[in-house]
Amino acid sequence: MSALLLASEGGRSVANPSFPLLSILILTPVAGALVVALISKRRPELTKQAAVLFSLLTGALAIGVVVTFDKHLPGFQMVDDVQWIKNPDISWKLGVDGISLWMVALTGLLFPIAMLGAPPHDEEKSFYAWLLVLEAGCLGAFLALDTFLFFVFFEIVLVPMYFLISGWGYGERRYAATKFFLYTMFGSAFMLVGTVALSYLHAKGGPVTFDLQVLAEQQGVVAETTARWLFISFAIAFAVKVPIFPVHTWLPDAHTQAPTAGSVILAGVMLKLGTYGFLRYGLYLFPEASAWAAPVMVTLGVVGIIYGAVCATMQKDLKRLVAYSSVAHMGFIVLGIFAITRQALTGSVIQMVNHGVSTGALFLLVGYIYERRHTRQIAELKGLQTPAPKMAAIFTLVMLSSIGLPGLNGFVGEFLILIGSFLTVKWWAVVAVTGVILAALYLLWAYQRVFHGEPDEANRDFRDIRFTEGLALAPLLVLIVFMGLFPKPFLERIEPAVNKLVHHVEVNSDHREPGVSTKGDEVVPESERRAEGEAAEGDHATSDTEQGDGHGTEEGN
Amino acid sequence: MLAEVERLSTPSVEWSVMLPVLILLGGAVVLMIVGALTPRRPKLPWHAGLTVVIALGSIVASVFLWWRVRDDGPIAAVSDAVVVDGLSLYLGVAILCSVVLAALLAHGYLRREKLEGPDVYVLMLLSAAGGLVMCGANDLLVLFLGLEILSIAVYVLAGIHVRRARSGEAALKYFVLGAFSSAFFLYGIALVYGATGSTNFTKIQTFLAGNLLTNNVMLLAGFALLLVGLGFKVAAVPFHAWTPDVYEGSPSPVVAYMASGVKVAGFAGMIRVFTYTFSTYEADWQPMIYALAVATLVVGALFAVSQTNVKRMLAYSSISHAGFILIAIQASSTQGTRAALFYLATYTFMVAGSFGVVTVVGRAGDNAHDLSDYSGLARRSPLLAFAFLVFLLAQAGVPFTSGFLAKFGVIGAAVEARSFWLALIAMLSSVISAFVYLRIVLAMYDREAEVTGPRLTVPLGARAAILIALLVTIGVGLVPEPLAHVTRTAVRITEPKPAPQPAPAEISAGS
Repeated sequence: MSALLLASEGGRSVANPSFPLLSILILTPVAGALVVALISKRRPELTKQAAVLFSLLTGALAIGVVVTFDKHLPGFQMVDDVQWIKNPDISWKLGVDGISLWMVALTGLLFPIAMLGAPPHDEEKSFYAWLLVLEAGCLGAFLALDTFLFFVFFEIVLVPMYFLISGWGYGERRYAATKFFLYTMFGSAFMLVGTVALSYLHAKGGPVTFDLQVLAEQQGVVAETTARWLFISFAIAFAVKVPIFPVHTWLPDAHTQAPTAGSVILAGVMLKLGTYGFLRYGLYLFPEASAWAAPVMVTLGVVGIIYGAVCATMQKDLKRLVAYSSVAHMGFIVLGIFAITRQALTGSVIQMVNHGVSTGALFLLVGYIYERRHTRQIAELKGLQTPAPKMAAIFTLVMLSSIGLPGLNGFVGEFLILIGSFLTVKWWAVVAVTGVILAALYLLWAYQRVFHGEPDEANRDFRDIRFTEGLALAPLLVLIVFMGLFPKPFLERIEPAVNKLVHHVEVNSDHREPGVSTKGDEVVPESERRAEGEAAEGDHATSDTEQGDGHGTEEGN
Repeated sequence: MLAEVERLSTPSVEWSVMLPVLILLGGAVVLMIVGALTPRRPKLPWHAGLTVVIALGSIVASVFLWWRVRDDGPIAAVSDAVVVDGLSLYLGVAILCSVVLAALLAHGYLRREKLEGPDVYVLMLLSAAGGLVMCGANDLLVLFLGLEILSIAVYVLAGIHVRRARSGEAALKYFVLGAFSSAFFLYGIALVYGATGSTNFTKIQTFLAGNLLTNNVMLLAGFALLLVGLGFKVAAVPFHAWTPDVYEGSPSPVVAYMASGVKVAGFAGMIRVFTYTFSTYEADWQPMIYALAVATLVVGALFAVSQTNVKRMLAYSSISHAGFILIAIQASSTQGTRAALFYLATYTFMVAGSFGVVTVVGRAGDNAHDLSDYSGLARRSPLLAFAFLVFLLAQAGVPFTSGFLAKFGVIGAAVEARSFWLALIAMLSSVISAFVYLRIVLAMYDREAEVTGPRLTVPLGARAAILIALLVTIGVGLVPEPLAHVTRTAVRITEPKPAPQPAPAEISAGS
């Protein structure tokens, strides 16, 4: 019976039927895109104003979600549920918990910044329209509580990003855009089969549902081996998106060729779709399979950390360097997720925000350097500190945050991930630490080559940062410092959701978080914890058979 | 003294249930006669207009029949040789929609190519009548009859552009290979008749359900030959070789009809024969269609990559789509048939819209089909490029388009039938196809392309056709429930009651 009870508990989310805030949040940028598309081509300044207005409005709504979010509840809040297709049951079901909350906030923040900070040089209208569509897609993917709906949003974001890269990118943009599209679609192909297979197998001939909560809370309906295969099909899609070594090769190309705004969004928001997918459609949907696959995933994560760092060190192109540093940082997040401990997961979620903020800022800065010098080659840049002291200062701050200097945001996430993963995958955590050191190496070395020394002829007249550019960067800089000094408001909203997730994994698999109590030296005996878990599982098996019989065989029409 | 003449007993014909076909035939005759008596190049586009009206009239008649069938169940007519049920009406309407779209496209095309006259429309209507007969056939011979009516008209249509050598070449190729495949089909009918003693679907079904054949080689050979004949019509690999050449050579509006209407009719026959009639032998024919589906998907996707002619690309992509529909048929389940019906309806509009754009971009002479002819299209005619973009994304299966839900339904059917690998192959092949579509999209949205050539004029009819196709493609993508509901109803009012299984009497085939 426990599965049923769990389902009913998990299913009972705090609904707010009076005001569909989350739906409005997603539809605002869609409306914005339509408005922008309808404005005459001869009024580029009006398009920009409208686009920024709508993205700011979306940002305000995202902040509204953060403000109204009840931090004590571990489950999904503000659930909107409208049926879309009757048979199979597919719904427009949205909800937010402590994990998706910050992804939504990050999305709401980065889009206006990308629009204000990195305006295009031509064809403003379609540029802004695509960006707004992209924003809606990202928000939808983070908020979806229906596997089908998630897939739809996960897939639709490819189209605007494809056009952003192929339309406004640099030299090799068409190659990069096609590579990006095909890689991600290759991953999605597996995920679509997995999504559909999960629902049909879960139905056992009864009514087919794509409701995430139903599928995730009723564990054990699908056989263990099957669930592992299904997990693999999802994992391939997310691995491409994150990206995890060895399917990361699209990322350096896409990042380097994308326009600045595209890079900011790609690194800041879209890579998070992969790690978020691992949390929501990995650990939550397939707890047993995730625990089973954890050693491999952790290994790949650590390989990504070291590989990304080593590649970043070698790069001659500043933007490519930042792109590879993303591979390394995302490796950290994957390590944290598949360590499956409370600290590591909390660290991963906060690190997802951190990476979005600092890498977004780094890409903006690299974009500004390119605007001025029309080169990204580190060898051609020299001594920028002298003509542009303000930019040097900002770059230093962002770089230190990316390295993970204590007192800045990057430290909080990396530290939590490392102590959390030390509990379960000790030696991998040790190896991952060297990644932090390598990060310091490649970023500081790059900084030294670009900003230090005497500027040569070409770099002497380098213009310092402008007011509008500074304005776009300001919120990110404030967040970097604020999150580093005072992470509590972020952590306390993440923790209930993460605790619930870890508990969910423990109940449904052999995985046990090592018993280090948070209350000091009071250690929970391993045997007690194990017994508790098994009792729950025992109940579980009986309820599954009931579940199977309970389903009707009506096909319906 | 004369002996008393024995009267030939003819079956009674229920004219009312044959109304959709009769409207088409009657309309075609009227159009032909009136067209012959009036100038070939009328000031008003009444040839196309009348065709659209006739097709719409047939659609209205089908809708009335649909209501009747929905309440009273399937109607067998003409001594059980024809059946009016969900499948026949649903797919019949799909064919008629493709006629409407093709007729709208044809008008501007014929005017541009100076080929005006009623003949194209008459042939299209006749061919559609054949398609409707195929959809409603309840007898192998009637199915063959429909197939021939459909095909012969289309052979002529393929060669209607008299001043283009390629058009004639396409017609000849299509005719020779088509006649060849018809022979296979006919032989298949003979073998099935030999094995079961009837050509009537209901009788075959009852016979197969009630008797166990000790020697079923003849029946299985019959399946294979029928599959060859139908596989040719739907362009399934390895019977696809004609497709790229014929699609490239035929006039573009005719291709719009060929890729949608003719394919729908072919699949109607396939669903009727395999899913319904031979349902008791599904373990034998499912592997055949499985293999066919895999080959069709992979070849369709891979060969499209190396093409530089957009019409040929779309031809290969239409082969790949046939692979998807074969997957749905292979599932041989309610879900599978529903997925196939959904796919066929949405595909009709997608592909007709795509070839609509191709018709317009083809310019006078119908030769500008190279990928380079599309470069910078977004600048020259942004709306046309946008429409093509939507059709291509729909064919690639991007969400919020009808194509995505169609693929989703097919994957669902495959997974339900436990064909996980088939589902995966399908999705991976669709990634390869996506590459092809992206090439076209990249060319259209290439901002560095020089804008050359005269401005494209989009005739009113083509505008209407593309707009309708666009609205349906996006509309179904956003609100799929109405169409999904119709497919559910269609399958429900077709579903034959599973025949009770009496103690099987041993009968040897060929005795």
